[in-house]
Amino acid sequence: MKGIAKSLMVTLSTFTRKPVTRDYPNYHRELPERDRAFPLLLWDKEIDEPFCTGCHACERACPVECMTVLMKDNPNHKSNGGDSSRRKIIDKFWIDYARCMRCNICVEVCNFDAIAMNNTWQGHELSVHDRKDLVMDLEQLLVQSHVGAIKEWVPVLGQSNETNE
Amino acid sequence: MVASPQATPEHEFETQDLLINVGPQHPSTHGVFRMVLTIDGEVVKDVVPYIGYLHRGAEKLCETMDFRQGIGFMDRTEYLAAHNAELSYVMAVEALAGLEVPERAQWIRTILCELNRLSSHFMFLGAFGIDVGVFGTPFIYAWREREAIIDLFEEISGDRMMYAYFRPGGLAWDVPLNFKERVREVLKSTRQGIRDFDELLTQNEIFRARTEGIGYISAEDAIDWGMSGPSIRASGVPLDVRRDEPYLKYAELDFDVIVGENGDVFDRYYCRMLEMHESVKIIEQCLERLQPGLIVPDKMPRMLRAAPGEVYIRTEAPRGEYGIYMVSKGGNRPYRLKVRSACLSNLQALRQMSVDQYIADAIIVLGSIDIVLSEVDR
Ligand code: SF4
Ligand code: SF4
Repeated sequence: MKGIAKSLMVTLSTFTRKPVTRDYPNYHRELPERDRAFPLLLWDKEIDEPFCTGCHACERACPVECMTVLMKDNPNHKSNGGDSSRRKIIDKFWIDYARCMRCNICVEVCNFDAIAMNNTWQGHELSVHDRKDLVMDLEQLLVQSHVGAIKEWVPVLGQSNETNE
Repeated sequence: MVASPQATPEHEFETQDLLINVGPQHPSTHGVFRMVLTIDGEVVKDVVPYIGYLHRGAEKLCETMDFRQGIGFMDRTEYLAAHNAELSYVMAVEALAGLEVPERAQWIRTILCELNRLSSHFMFLGAFGIDVGVFGTPFIYAWREREAIIDLFEEISGDRMMYAYFRPGGLAWDVPLNFKERVREVLKSTRQGIRDFDELLTQNEIFRARTEGIGYISAEDAIDWGMSGPSIRASGVPLDVRRDEPYLKYAELDFDVIVGENGDVFDRYYCRMLEMHESVKIIEQCLERLQPGLIVPDKMPRMLRAAPGEVYIRTEAPRGEYGIYMVSKGGNRPYRLKVRSACLSNLQALRQMSVDQYIADAIIVLGSIDIVLSEVDR
């Protein structure tokens, strides 16, 4: 009987604590900066074009083969009178979010820091009626970075923080 | 069995055994697991488990992937303790590629593995509470505590369950600047959580009546079935890879191997409960000794290549010995990969534990092994 009384005391003491649950759809907790939802392409604001050159490195490294990359000659390149130093630029890009396993490898292999994991709630709330709607095209992948809705975190691999402690 | 149509004078009633199918879609089977129970009245006469519903061929898939790509699949073989699963895999790669892991990376790995053990055991306590019939209370409490740990993992690696954070050679990136304070904060709530559970369940007479003396397995049988982890320690076998074959920094740490006496369901529960105190102890020691430093070796090769050969690496995951057998013929991917999963071996003893128990206890016995079906089927 003593044990049961003790158990009841625990539940009672919890009753007086502040609730830890959150009213989810109405309230979104702040996500940590490193949060990994799904990969997004980044927008180069200085030259006003995507960072991505369509080099296929991420496509080849993706373990589940959910990316498709097509490149084209950059119409904005210096040789054409533009102001970009990118000779090639991304033409079409698809990522199938339904297949992506959020492993971060595409971000790690990109030499141009052109891709980052989405760390906003938009990356998590992706309910759709049809799986095909989860195949994101270039425009959808770029829009968040283009309008400045994302503060991306691109990890520096293997670098330790010496200032830690 | 066919019942005899003529009732003989000595046997007024002929009874028939009844087959009951549990699962594969059943909330108490902790995943997609099916068992067929043969019952006589209320007593279980036989259990036939069927596994394989969650088979994804992760081992075979990894043979087509390079070492970095394989880590993600290892996470998914053991989703409740992904850090521990990754650890065996990257340690196997390190052994084949001859990489030396720097101190700091080893300490951080030890901390994360122990935190993962805590979160996994909380999950067990909650789910086990439901199996026993205390719906709600312990489960929700367990999730509250587990949530704090998972939030911490998210701040470190970016993901809540599939971390992909350990890499051959060390860690993917360094922990955040406030790592130590955050771990201490989490430990504080965890300690309180363990105490709550202790008072809520361990001394509760109803809980004890429900769990004591059922699902017994002797030490000899447990060894014969190849059990490991808390499930075998509850039967009185002091088998712990962390102690017997220290990896990471466990040789320098001071902790006890918790051993039970009776080998029943209650002991398997209580061993895990006490083990959580040990994990907290380990993490505190690690935090004290964690120094700034490198997280990957100085001379990390750009392309990771393994030397031809084979290794078997075993580590102590929350559910027991998680082993990776890797054969390499050189190159950047394993030639053959085999996962030795603790759950599969522990599950073998299910029949022995549940025969001659009441049917209501069969689920408790299953829950007490703490199975994760993705690890059983891979
Ligand atoms: S995202 Fe990076 S790796 Fe992928 S195609 Fe573009 S530039 Fe290349
Ligand atoms: S996160 Fe991984 S699975 Fe997803 S697109 Fe990038 S490489 Fe592919």
